[in-house]
Amino acid sequence: MTQDDVPYLPRGVRTQFDAVRNVDVILGPERVLVLDQVGKAVVGRLDGEASLAEISADLAQIYDAPLDAIAPDVTAFVEDLRDRGMVHVRPR
Amino acid sequence: MSVRVDPPMAMLAELTHRCPLACPYCSNPTELLAKESELSTEAWADVFQQAARLGVLQLHLSGGEPASRRDLVGLVIAAREAGLYTNLITSGIGLTERRLRELDDAGLDHVQLSLQGVNASMADRIGGYKGGFDRKMHVAEIIADIGFPLTLNAVMHRDNLDDLPQTIDMALRLGARRIEVACVQFQGWALINRAVLQPSREQVETAKRTVARAIETLKGRLVIDFVPPDYYSDFPKACMNGWGSTGLNVTPDGTVLPCHAAETIPHLRFEKVTDRALSDIWYKSDAFNAYRGTDWMPSICQSCDRRDIDFGGCRCQAMALLGDAAAPDPVCTKSPGRAALDALLVEEVQEVAAPAFVYRR
Repeated sequence: MTQDDVPYLPRGVRTQFDAVRNVDVILGPERVLVLDQVGKAVVGRLDGEASLAEISADLAQIYDAPLDAIAPDVTAFVEDLRDRGMVHVRPR
Repeated sequence: MSVRVDPPMAMLAELTHRCPLACPYCSNPTELLAKESELSTEAWADVFQQAARLGVLQLHLSGGEPASRRDLVGLVIAAREAGLYTNLITSGIGLTERRLRELDDAGLDHVQLSLQGVNASMADRIGGYKGGFDRKMHVAEIIADIGFPLTLNAVMHRDNLDDLPQTIDMALRLGARRIEVACVQFQGWALINRAVLQPSREQVETAKRTVARAIETLKGRLVIDFVPPDYYSDFPKACMNGWGSTGLNVTPDGTVLPCHAAETIPHLRFEKVTDRALSDIWYKSDAFNAYRGTDWMPSICQSCDRRDIDFGGCRCQAMALLGDAAAPDPVCTKSPGRAALDALLVEEVQEVAAPAFVYRR
């Protein structure tokens, strides 16, 4: 995956607030993941428009954190979701 | 009892035991429930609502063949209204294009299509249903056309495990996002056919290498989940991720089980959703509490460093092979039951010619 790639949630993957456990979750085929605050912020930006680089830049600004601290974590998180089949990627 | 009980994440709804196929590895019990005893549409809708309130996130609509229920579309609508992620587990038989489009409109999230073999001669022989393979391939085309996310559930055993590379190719060709390489687990009807279904150790080792390679080369294209034939493992499977910990199963007549084979444990009494609230059955019933946590375990499991990894393995397997549901799963090489399991492997795989399939009819 490159920084110019555009990640998105494919059909069959969606987020939901789990009122019983009081957490945000992402649901896909045979997969449930609990999203923490950062995970929710990343997944909420997988709109099929923004590139990985743009998502990291946006989060760096919002959390007022250095980009080189944020970008590797965001990339690793999105790649992990891709390997689980919960995120698809298209080139820009 | 000191165990903290979490809400369940997943529910398997066995909508019916009826099925057009006759697979020798069927995991359903040897005695099936008749159509007359099946829960109504309204009763299932109520179960789905109760499940969602209890904390279930994922619903698997299964059978038998769920498409044998005429109200399948209505059941999917009810499941989505309850807020459940809804997965249809099907052989494809009974799904027309019109019905699949109705399921799409109803909000079905995901389809899991079973595969008996990679060509008609193998698949139709295993399923005991002539023409089944061609119909399944047609259904797969419609699924792709609609855009349903697809998992191919390839049930593997001695006769088709050598076709694993072609099976993975087929998943790619059908546009599946995920393949479950599910080696037969010996429960229910499958137990009757164990001697003919059990693969050889060489087959299993080759399959493991094929899977490991495919996981690497297909990363990002195809998710591969491998369920190994557990008799060849050194440690037991983490069955149900622990009894009564994560998932539950509702049979066609509304009986609530901790796993689909639990009724093989004769001293447990299982309750029906028509008699008691699902939440009460999950949290309070004797059957769900019987093997929860670690208190029930024999000392060899209590003191084991894998206690919280595999939870003592499968209770139904201990019951089936040792006659004691509270014994350590005999797959475990540390357990006294392992000798009996090894003897079975020698007897059934290496010494005698495989008998013919006993079809489920």
